[in-house]
Amino acid sequence: MKGGVKLWLPLLAFAAVLALIAMALYRPADRTVYSAMVGKPLPAFDTPPLLSGKPGLASAAFRDGKPKLLNIFASWCVPCAAEAPQLMALKAAGVTIEGVAIRDTPQAMRDFLARGGDPYAAIGDDKASAVQLALGSSGVPESFLIDGKGTILLQHVGDIRADEVPGIVARLKAAQ
Amino acid sequence: MKRLAFAVLMLAAAPALADSNLPAAPLANTQLPDPKQEAQAQALMTTLRCLVCQGQSIADSDAEMAGDMRALVRQRIQAGEKPAAIRDWLVARYGDYVTYDPPFSLLTAPLWIAPLALIALGIWLARASFRRRRA
Repeated sequence: MKGGVKLWLPLLAFAAVLALIAMALYRPADRTVYSAMVGKPLPAFDTPPLLSGKPGLASAAFRDGKPKLLNIFASWCVPCAAEAPQLMALKAAGVTIEGVAIRDTPQAMRDFLARGGDPYAAIGDDKASAVQLALGSSGVPESFLIDGKGTILLQHVGDIRADEVPGIVARLKAAQ
Repeated sequence: MKRLAFAVLMLAAAPALADSNLPAAPLANTQLPDPKQEAQAQALMTTLRCLVCQGQSIADSDAEMAGDMRALVRQRIQAGEKPAAIRDWLVARYGDYVTYDPPFSLLTAPLWIAPLALIALGIWLARASFRRRRA
């Protein structure tokens, strides 16, 4: 029979398309938007303090030779409350945590810190998400590991889980 | 009874990933006084993706972050920045995903080349079948 294989080609092509669709359905793509700023210097910013008695945050603070964790968070964000114990654990392990509060108010922030503890060395007030947009961050909470020269080493999207704490501590130690 | 209590509680509950209590940024929902600049800003905003809702442009989205992005676009247009420069600034932060007008690259090449390749294949198939009929 002439062209026996050719006859089956369309069906094979159709099966290949079906297989591709089935694969994508069973393993949905990762819809997280990651920052393109990892590996680049921290963009310049200077935010005023949100709370009296706690300094605001400027990008210059990240060039003092000490690696730090930059936490983008908000008192109105539920995963941020879930993340609080892990941040306290990181602080206890000697990590300096600098905060940028997105669209927040002093009163709500005081209540938030009273509930989950205060691991922050500074909290910058970012009322229009300007620092967040400059960092390429697309939600709260997000954390960025910054080395002592102000270069972004790593972006962590979402709340830090308990099992991720040792890895972050090790990464910051390695950057020292 | 339990179901009723649950329903009442659900009505009273605040959404889990609630928005902030702050009002929208000044330029998020207010047009620029200069209509020419506003038109520029509008044109750019319809080509920028809302990073929260992902299927909408920031011009269409009601998300707070989209509002803050609109404010950023309008502020920069007002300050005299070119729309292309603002787009590049956002692409440098979020990658090509943030724009609905992705540039031609190795990754997007199939999008542009596949239709041409399919048309070429179609012409080749049609030619072959016409020839067979004539013979």
